[in-house]
Amino acid sequence: MSSRADLVSLGHGSGGKLTHDLISKTIVPALYGADGAPPMEDSALLTIPGAWLSFTTDSYVVSPWAFPGGNIGDLAFNGTINDLAMSGAIPVALSVGLILEEGFPLADLRTVMRSMGQAARASGVPIVCGDTKVVPHGKADGIFINTSGVGYRPDGVQIHASGARPGDVVIINGTIGDHGIAVMSEREGLRFQSPIQSDTAALHTLARALLDGGVDAHVMRDPTRGGLATTICEIAADSGVAIRLDERAIPMATAVAGACELLGLDPMVVANEGKMVVVTPEKDVEKALAIMRAHPLGKLSAVIGRVEEGRAGRVSSASVVGGERMINMPHGEILPRIC
Amino acid sequence: MKYINEFRDKETADKLADDIRKAASGLDRQITLMEVCGTHTMAIYRYGIRSMIPKSIKLVSGPGCPVCVTPINYVDTAVEIAAQPNVAITTFGDMVRVPGSRSTLQKERSSGKEIRVVYSPLDAVALAKENPAKEVVFLGVGFETTAPLIACSILEARREGIANYSVLCAHKTMPEPMEVLTSGEIKLDGYICPAHVSAIIGADAYIPVAKKFSMPCVVTGFEPLDILKGLAMLARQAAEGRAEVENEYYRVVKPEGNKKAQQILRQVFVKSDAVWRGLGTIPDSGLAISEEFDKFDASKKFGVTLPEPKENPACICGRILKGLNDPPECRLFGSACTPDNPIGACMVSSEGTCAAAYRYGGYGE
Repeated sequence: MSSRADLVSLGHGSGGKLTHDLISKTIVPALYGADGAPPMEDSALLTIPGAWLSFTTDSYVVSPWAFPGGNIGDLAFNGTINDLAMSGAIPVALSVGLILEEGFPLADLRTVMRSMGQAARASGVPIVCGDTKVVPHGKADGIFINTSGVGYRPDGVQIHASGARPGDVVIINGTIGDHGIAVMSEREGLRFQSPIQSDTAALHTLARALLDGGVDAHVMRDPTRGGLATTICEIAADSGVAIRLDERAIPMATAVAGACELLGLDPMVVANEGKMVVVTPEKDVEKALAIMRAHPLGKLSAVIGRVEEGRAGRVSSASVVGGERMINMPHGEILPRIC
Repeated sequence: MKYINEFRDKETADKLADDIRKAASGLDRQITLMEVCGTHTMAIYRYGIRSMIPKSIKLVSGPGCPVCVTPINYVDTAVEIAAQPNVAITTFGDMVRVPGSRSTLQKERSSGKEIRVVYSPLDAVALAKENPAKEVVFLGVGFETTAPLIACSILEARREGIANYSVLCAHKTMPEPMEVLTSGEIKLDGYICPAHVSAIIGADAYIPVAKKFSMPCVVTGFEPLDILKGLAMLARQAAEGRAEVENEYYRVVKPEGNKKAQQILRQVFVKSDAVWRGLGTIPDSGLAISEEFDKFDASKKFGVTLPEPKENPACICGRILKGLNDPPECRLFGSACTPDNPIGACMVSSEGTCAAAYRYGGYGE
């Protein structure tokens, strides 16, 4: 057994016995649990049905690595699953690359690997390959994780960031700002009466339910860094349309709204890690809402806006008091390194 | 969120917008109303207030963002102090992005200088206590809303015998610039007076401005319903030819203000002339640390004094702070000058007039 005092050392990244031990004794058991690990080859062999391969990668440097509702482990897993899912793909397998700072406690590494493993098992998508490097003290911030993922998109699914058409309706699957505020409150040592949990979650089953249910989703996007404002601006620009939101319709936890007031933040630019924006034709709205609200990750799904003719990329919103304001992508440092 | 949602109620907002239209129907010309608080600037954009009021009421933004009116040489001085060994600079968040003539505190932080964002100056005092070998400097910027906190931090440091804490003081006060603006080129018809500043200085502080310049003044809260109600009150004064101080924000602001906070300000600071970026020197519009608290004055402790460098000549922030021009009328706005790369003061802080116009006014693409 190791104790809190066991730390990652440069030797753990040497490629020799220590590296082997770190992987086989710390990482693999935590990551795979009782399921056991797949055989260790130089690369994983996958069978992928269908014609369209979906492939994505993302790196996670969140500080602090643990926050209410999750940690960098499940965050890194879910984030890549979501990138696959938002393109309409069915995730098949993920890789994980770890960059550890010398001195990072092994107990913390185990915690991170365990929650990543739990996220993998819950999602039904395996982690099939990985890599571990150690850098000298001061050259990283504890732990950085890269995950890459492959999936396939069944024939007939057409989802693109440029797919929004005038007349379409914009739906979100729940409250905004939870992840960003959870990380921020942990980082700044802010204690709220009701702790705000990160919304980190794998969205592939929700996305799948929509497509299987016959919803003609023109666009699906997960509004992560930069928040809902950034995602909506991107969809409007990529699709060459204008989008009009109604702020009163956007779901938000009271605690998040309160924290944003306190910190002077616009919740529209605060990060999410378990939210998806769906743009769908008017005819499918009721069906989409019914499917989403029946899913555990979509209970608070709501229509939040409409796609309109207009200057490409123009996003406006009815404010809570009914005034009209423009929505832009945020600039510069708002919440540094939140995912 | 109780006590917040009540002040964002759509139905009440519609009624107040009606009141404004009714009051404005009594006007025989377009009137110009100025807000002199950055939080009002932001709230007016964020809630789309301009789209809810008739064209006969024009809203302009004055010098209300404390970060925006802080002179460049203040940033240069902070950068200079940060370069000295064993110094930690502590500041409210917005200051780290403000461009000095050569660098920003953000860039200095990236190059390894110790610059920390804190939520309260008392955190800076605690940092000084924990690190007796380090000089901890707090950047004292802001109006009467923040100045009492900084005064408290100095009193606390003295009480605890913490000698390694000091404040680089650039506090500004109201309503002195309002008098200067009123007597200037711009034709104003009323002031939306600040909310939290007024909680300290009191609504009566605006009586001289109202009397001397026949200027309607309404102390107004920051919530959208407060702002709409304040605008209705100002429009009514203008239409009826009155020029009084009225207090919309009476749930917080008293006529005499917060006596305790005023007493703390008088204990630690003395009134001084102050340089306002874009406006120049305004007599008695600033606060300096009094002689009694000399050893907590970073400008004396570090002996750094730098000349005020030149502004970009194309920048019209001075005219924007005076309400003479709107941000899109500046040729740097949105092209050379953006929130990512601010050239003028008004683009620097998220509360600056240009930053707010950029963020909420639809210039972001």
